[in-house]
Amino acid sequence: MSSRPELQAPPEIFYDDTEARKYTSSSRIVEIQAKLSERAVELLALPDDGVPRLLLDIGCGSGLSGETLTENGHQWIGLDISQSMLDIALEREVEGDLILGDMGQGLGLRPGVIDGAISISAIQWLCNADKSSHEPRLRLKAFFGSLYKCLARGARAAFQVYPENLAQRELILSYAMRAGFAGGVVVDFPHSTKKRKEYIVLTCGPPSISTAVPKGKGEEGESCSDDESSGDEENQTVSISDRHRPRKKQKTNKKGKGREWILRKKEQMRRKGNTVPPDTKYTGRKRKARF
Amino acid sequence: MRLLTHNMLSSNIKGVTNGFPLRIEAEKVVEKQVEINHDFLRNIFPKIEWKAFVDASRILGYAELPEEAPEPSVLESDHEFLGKFHHALLELHIEEGALVCPETGRKFPINKGIPNMLLHEDEV
Ligand SMILES: C[S@@+](CC[C@H](N)C(=O)[O-])C[C@H]1O[C@@H](n2cnc3c(N)ncnc32)[C@H](O)[C@@H]1O
Repeated sequence: MSSRPELQAPPEIFYDDTEARKYTSSSRIVEIQAKLSERAVELLALPDDGVPRLLLDIGCGSGLSGETLTENGHQWIGLDISQSMLDIALEREVEGDLILGDMGQGLGLRPGVIDGAISISAIQWLCNADKSSHEPRLRLKAFFGSLYKCLARGARAAFQVYPENLAQRELILSYAMRAGFAGGVVVDFPHSTKKRKEYIVLTCGPPSISTAVPKGKGEEGESCSDDESSGDEENQTVSISDRHRPRKKQKTNKKGKGREWILRKKEQMRRKGNTVPPDTKYTGRKRKARF
Repeated sequence: MRLLTHNMLSSNIKGVTNGFPLRIEAEKVVEKQVEINHDFLRNIFPKIEWKAFVDASRILGYAELPEEAPEPSVLESDHEFLGKFHHALLELHIEEGALVCPETGRKFPINKGIPNMLLHEDEV
């Protein structure tokens, strides 16, 4: 069985009282969500003028991500489908306003009023059909359409996501583009199966220089081989861990692992007594694109 | 929920063409002090639908705001006005009550300060 929360139950069922409490009392999760949120705020690229903005936190849960917005001085409105998660947010006395709502039904907000939106570990839920009436494509369309409307022109959205596979990421992205957004995916630490994190960064309005997708962190030179864990391990709940599921993530990296990583792997293989081709100046070299 | 959020929310029911402003039914209102930030107030001011904001503040029992939206220049210097704007926007919370869709009359209940905006299947 997969340990992806998205495949276990609808979000409002999965994030029940027990899960909500467990989620927020794990110091590991608190720390990870804070880091992801901090990066999302950075990707919003708000003007550096110290003026507090009005931001959205979509799938705000117990307010871990929202707290980062508060720490950065901003006002925020958080939307979540799980009453249990929102109850914990109340308990924690978060400063944002909370709304019980389903992003897949579209956001009921006036046009052009929001200065930016973040979402941490939530958007991939839209790809599921949790009820017979759910059609993921319609829900993605309603979500991105309404998001585009309520954002001020030039405002950005930065969504950290755990897509299940490439197709899911493409699906999410294609609906964002259809709604009128410019942007793409930023991958931090693409060479690390453990630290790798994906952000969908979108700008509201026609493409321009400012809508170019920023670079990911650790794109160059970073080489890791965390043999133990796979990329979206952190998308699991504290109690559930399943180390036996196939690791397919590693293959999806177009840029390759880099020379250092290859050399290290080859050395490991040699020590195990395997026959490995000798290291030369060609090892792990960049290849020209062939047409 | 504060009036800041009320001023941004609109009814999202399928077929509704003008879901703003949601009518407020307030059963319990609480005040929580927050630090004033003039920059935020100046930044948000042009986005506020003034009439809806003033009406909402009166329903919550606060009658200090001017009927007509002031000139933006007032925000530069008039600290008394900034204080009132701040109070109504960020310090009054609707704890219990409901928001009502102006077109259909559908009620969205507010519990513990959280409006339930979930739509029924036939409203999507
Ligand atoms: C992994 S939690 C992250 C919570 C929070 N952003 C954080 O960083 O701690 C994902 C959240 O997304 C919410 N969620 C899932 N599907 C949703 C939907 N359709 N509409 C609104 N929230 C949703 C869940 O209820 C859950 O609280």
